[in-house]
Amino acid sequence: MSLPGIGTVIDAVYVVAVLAFILGLKAMSSPETARRGIMYAGAAMLAAVVATFFSPGLSNFLLIAVGVIVGGGIGWYWARVVQMTAMPQMVAVFNGMGGGAAAAIAGVVLLSSLSNPADASLSVAGAVIGSISIAGSVIAFLKLQGWMRQKPLVLPARQPINLAVLIVGVAFGVYSVVRVDTVFLLPFFVLLLLYGVLLTLPIGGADMPVVISLFNALTGIAVALDGFALVNGPLGDAGYAMVIAGVLVGAAGSLLTILMARAMNRSIGNVIFGAFGATEETGVAIQGSMKPIEAEDAAVLMAYANQVVIAPGYGMAVAQAQQKVKELSDLLEAKGVTVKFAIHPVAGRMPGHMNVLLAEAGISYDKLFDRDEINPEFPNTDVVLVIGANDVVNPAARRAGSPLQGMPILDVDLAKNVIVIKRGQGKGFAGIENDLFYKDNCRMLYGDAQQVVGKLVAALKKS
Amino acid sequence: MAADLWTALFIAILAAFTGYEVIGRVPVLLHTPLMSGSNFIHGIVLVGAIVALGIATTPLEQAIGLVAVIMGAMNVTGGYAVTERILGMFDRTKRKEGP
Repeated sequence: MSLPGIGTVIDAVYVVAVLAFILGLKAMSSPETARRGIMYAGAAMLAAVVATFFSPGLSNFLLIAVGVIVGGGIGWYWARVVQMTAMPQMVAVFNGMGGGAAAAIAGVVLLSSLSNPADASLSVAGAVIGSISIAGSVIAFLKLQGWMRQKPLVLPARQPINLAVLIVGVAFGVYSVVRVDTVFLLPFFVLLLLYGVLLTLPIGGADMPVVISLFNALTGIAVALDGFALVNGPLGDAGYAMVIAGVLVGAAGSLLTILMARAMNRSIGNVIFGAFGATEETGVAIQGSMKPIEAEDAAVLMAYANQVVIAPGYGMAVAQAQQKVKELSDLLEAKGVTVKFAIHPVAGRMPGHMNVLLAEAGISYDKLFDRDEINPEFPNTDVVLVIGANDVVNPAARRAGSPLQGMPILDVDLAKNVIVIKRGQGKGFAGIENDLFYKDNCRMLYGDAQQVVGKLVAALKKS
Repeated sequence: MAADLWTALFIAILAAFTGYEVIGRVPVLLHTPLMSGSNFIHGIVLVGAIVALGIATTPLEQAIGLVAVIMGAMNVTGGYAVTERILGMFDRTKRKEGP
């Protein structure tokens, strides 16, 4: 038996890599094995990339090396230095890069083998989806990062305009393939990128997690389409690996998107085309007024409670108040108060984001309760401390006609006392007035979450 | 349609069901790391980018190929590092609270 050729070795690496991706994804679906999962997938990716370098017939090695080092370095550094609170937009950025890479690969294939109708058509499809994914992801990043207005930007007649941009863009792509002419490839890419921007602009910050998840699935599909276009080429086996990994992510990502939308009681269509939060509810006057409270009084209220439930939101994370909250929780427990954390499915900016942030501060899992577990407990809870959460505790969701109607919320207003820590009197992510703040059992504790919780901690230490 | 494309299509169908099954009953707690993790897995696009740049001949193809490789590499390393950081946090807590 002769030694297997380099091509066989590379194929074997791809097979093992694909298997490791599947097992890694499976392992990531359970908390005990999640870390092992990403390590499998990481090792597999490294092996697949290294193996590809040895593919026979490749040239431009210097450029490839420069690209891998520059791109890899930027990605690694950026992901390492960014704050945990900024994770959602980082996922958006890196997902966008994947979509952009898919679009660029399709561009190379279109330029080099436009005369092959099958490969060219597949590349057009990959380019369409990849371009939408990168443009949309970049807008999502800019909005979440606060470099762009978070509120939905709704242009007049946006649906017909968007549709027209998409149709004309795709038509340029189809024309290029049919006529085997590269002239219209540039407007093709420009219009598709524009469509990605227009699609994402009207989507408000609160919906971004679902949208990022959708773009993630789309990038997977774009990668798979590129893979299809490559399987006929000289190095086709890389194409198979891309098809499997891309479709895997496309399917898993689509399901994840549906699960996330369901957690917000919304449909995907409503998230994408609904321009949620752009409209104001009219004709409903909220009764009562917002009543402030001082930190010392709030501390006393909590110190003498039997049970305190803390409902954290993104505001807590922005203010980096997690450590102080942990301290507060420890002090209350030392005084014999039962402390629980109510975690709304979309608290933070992504499902599970809040769990991550609290885990970072060292608050143990068994104190975290999800919505269904904690909601029946609110009527027997003495004090609920809402820290930087708004829409997810807005009882307007239970009222017909409210824009929030039907969204699953934490029923904190049913507790005996509610203390809301909030920076100012502004509205939440969804841009809607919060009925809770006007209720008789609700007190507002204004200030930066970290400073205010610090004051509570100081007051508790004195008493 | 070439035979390779049909093979790829069969593979794609099986992969779609695999992806769907694997995510089936995932707790909300893991939605963020899972999104990030699957984001990393489509970083396999880097392999395609290397091939595309590797067979590029004209300067324009090389330039676009280079962009593809840079973006693909960012997807891979950034996707991995973010996921690893998120999951690392779960791990640390568990060790602290562990038996």
